Formats: sequence, structure tokens, C-alpha cells
Amino acid sequence: MLKRTPLFNAHQKLGGKLVEFGGWEMPVQYSSIMDEHLCVRRAAGIFDISHMGEVLVAGPQSEAFLNHILTNDTRKLTVGQGQYTLMCNERGGVIDDLYAYRIAPDEYLLIINASRIEADVSWLHGQARTFPTAGDLTVNDVSGDFGAVAIQGPRVVEFIGQLFPGLSNGGVTSVAITDLKKNQIGAWTFAGQPVRVGRTGYTGEDGFEVISPVSTIGEIWNKALAIGHVACLQPCGLGARDTLRTEMCYPLYGHELDENTTPIEAGLGFFVALDKGDFVGRSVLLEQKAKGVTRKCVAFKMTDKSAPPRPQYPIWSAGTDAKKLGEVVSGTQSPSLGIGIGMGYVPPDFSKAGTPINIEIRGKRSAAMIVPKPIYKKPV
Amino acid sequence: MTNVPADLKYAKSHEWVRVSGDVATVGITDHAQHELTDVVFVELPEVGRQVKAGEACAVVESVKTASDIYSPVTGQIVEVNNAVVANPALVNTEPYTGGWFYKVKLSQPAEFNILLSPETYRAQIGQ
Repeated sequence: MLKRTPLFNAHQKLGGKLVEFGGWEMPVQYSSIMDEHLCVRRAAGIFDISHMGEVLVAGPQSEAFLNHILTNDTRKLTVGQGQYTLMCNERGGVIDDLYAYRIAPDEYLLIINASRIEADVSWLHGQARTFPTAGDLTVNDVSGDFGAVAIQGPRVVEFIGQLFPGLSNGGVTSVAITDLKKNQIGAWTFAGQPVRVGRTGYTGEDGFEVISPVSTIGEIWNKALAIGHVACLQPCGLGARDTLRTEMCYPLYGHELDENTTPIEAGLGFFVALDKGDFVGRSVLLEQKAKGVTRKCVAFKMTDKSAPPRPQYPIWSAGTDAKKLGEVVSGTQSPSLGIGIGMGYVPPDFSKAGTPINIEIRGKRSAAMIVPKPIYKKPV
Repeated sequence: MTNVPADLKYAKSHEWVRVSGDVATVGITDHAQHELTDVVFVELPEVGRQVKAGEACAVVESVKTASDIYSPVTGQIVEVNNAVVANPALVNTEPYTGGWFYKVKLSQPAEFNILLSPETYRAQIGQ
């Protein structure tokens, strides 16, 4: 039985096409992926992300604990600040990639992947049990208590202040929502309920992620669509969410990341604070940083007219004596660029931007080229 | 409601067939293009290829997925629509006219009779 978010009925009413995603029945699209993608790039889109998990970690030792199990430097977070970070196993393999927000001096909110809730929570509890100075550390999976929406796009600032008027009363306090800086989180009261809003997203556009008690998420969704109309706000599905993040080269767990892939291999070294002291997975990551890796996650663009690249398609070197380099992990037609794009793992010798490669599509090889990340850059 | 022209025959797998003499023109239905949305790539069979009814012989790709297109009839491919290869959006905008895929010279014309009528196809897609 697939799980449904509190917005399931809203998706049905809007004619969303529902598909399975990580055990959830989610809208993949309402109008079309192309249309919704371009709407987010040019105006505004709202996504149901209620399937994502929320974990609260609290106690005087919460900072030290999280700093021990996450790769980024948790100590840099002041109250109301968030960061992208990764949770690794002892081998440096990624258990999950997540957002960690410090919402009070001794309390953190972790936003984790829907498909990883069970694995993460069990890992967190296991780590908490063996953490030497855990004291009264608490780790609470509150995923079932919250719904969430992402409101993304350059025109969101035109109406978000109407949705959450006044100044924040939690996280970063006493700021208007449009004054939140990237990665900051604040709290507002909506229909009598406490709602947290972070300025972040998964699209490469300006935007906000709203985390609300299940009881109010429907009203937030409806009100956003009603007032966002002036800025051409559209409901958007997971299809557009995937093409938007692929253009930005943001990883998706299960594609770029898994328990046998390290953040260094994935090209996420920026989010690994090797200098912060010991943490789970550090010795492997340190060695990879020093000695290099055997494979790297690269971005590529198709250079010939071809079918779009898809996950698992083989990647070959170009020229004579071609050898198999690896596989595509994410691939799609880029709605912004009108060409096939993707990411995949190749040996470091083939990872430099400009390197020609071939993607095997249904037995035929099509020309592509390694390009810098992100694949899509906003026109200035 | 999607368009199901009365003068065509249909396959369960959402292809349409128009027969003229012993040549059948094949495309995908309005319902199918609506489900696929945003066709970005079409791969057609080689002219001269022999295809059997039910055999996958073309691929249509939307942003999200690649879908096989099956030949509703048996015969030899005699012509393909290069315009739809150059402009895959024709599948969305003109599924029954400019968006046709290929023509097959029928080797078993009797097969035509087991294809679905517009009424039966309409019922299949819940219209």
C-alpha cells in the first residue's frame, strides 16, 4: 500500500498524474513536465514535498552529536541557520543527504529524503546510543506530524509575504519572510499553527520550503495557489522537480548517492568539513581527498541530436578503442536547454570539462561532452 | 475527452491505423500523446524492415520516459515520417495528421479486422 501525503486529495482535484515514488503515491505532473519546469524557471511553482522526512534532534549535546555524524560543520550554524550536509557510514558511503537547521540553541531540524526515513532514523538512534556524551539527547522522527511544500521561482517574492505576513517569531526572529537569507529558517503563525519556512529549494531558483503541521498544509497549499495566481504560480510535480534539479546537478539519493558512494566521489567535497575534527566516515574521506578517487560524478550534455540519456545507460570513451567508463545515474531532456543532459560516474582521467564521451542509447552510441556543473546557468 | 476519429482503427497499445489499398499508416492516438506529454524524440524503423503485429518497432520519448510503439499490423515498412523525427512535437499537436509514424505494406490484410473499432477503443480509454 503506497503512502499518501495530506495533499493527496488536492492533487486528484487538480488532475495530477499520480505515480509511485519511494513508497509514496505522488503527482509526477499536472499539465506537463516541460510546462511546469519552465514555469518555475520564469515565474513560480509549488511542489508537495510532504513525503520528505523531518527529524528533531535536541539536547545540550545535540551540536556535538550532529557534528560527529554529519559531514558539514554543524558548529557554524547559528539559530535560524541551515546547511546542506551528508550523513555517512564508517566507509564514507552516504546514508543520506539532508538539510540541517538549527531552530533553537539546543535543537535541530533535519529534513531527510522520503526513501531514507527508516534507514536514517535507525542510524541516528544507533549513533545516539553509542555517542559517549549523549546525556539527555533526543532524536525524534516527526515525519508523520508535518506536511511540506516548496514554493520556487523568481516571482515567488511577489506573493510569499501575503501568505506569511508579519515578522518571524522563531528561528531567525523578527524578519519579514522576504528578508530571510539563503539557508535561513524562520517561523510564522498560520491559521493558529506554528509553521517553519526556510529559504532554500531544489530547483536552482529563489524559493522557500514550508514545513507545517499536517492539519494546516492543505490550507497553505490552497491559499498559495489562490494568491500566487498573480505571479503565474502553478502546481508542479516530481517530474519537473527532477528535471530542475538535474539541470542544477543537485544529487538525488538512489541516483548520484548511495551507501557505496562517498561525497568526495559525488563531487560534494565542499560539504565535507575534513578540518572540523573526527566524524563518522572521516578517515576514508580524508584518504580519498589526499590520494584521489577511482570514479567521479560528472555532468554531461549530448552534442548530437539523440534520444535523451536515461539512468543506467553505459558511458563510453570517445574515439577508437573505446572503453566503458561507467553509467548514467541521472538523465533527461533539459527543458531549459532543449538537449539531452545527465550525470554519471567516470574515472577521474575522463572527468575534465570538455572531454568527449559517448552515451549508449538502445545499442547505439551518441556523442556527448563532459561539462562544468551546474549544467544550466541562469541568464544574467 | 480526447479525439478518437471515427474513420480509423485502433490497437490496444494506443496506435491508430489508416488503411488505403494495401498500405496502412500508423501513428499514436490523441489519448496516448496526452498521457506521454511533451514528446521530445521519435525513433522510427528503417524502411524495408519486416514487422509483425505486436512487435516493438519505434520509440517515442517524453521528458520523463521512453515508450515502445508496437506495430498493429504485419508487413514491410515502406515509408517513415521524417518530419516527425525533425519535429517530435507534431506527435502532440497533430497526432492523426502531421504526427504519423510510418507506413506498412500489409502482408496479412485480414489482421485489419481484428483491430479495435473507434467505439471499442473509446471504451478502453474510459470515454
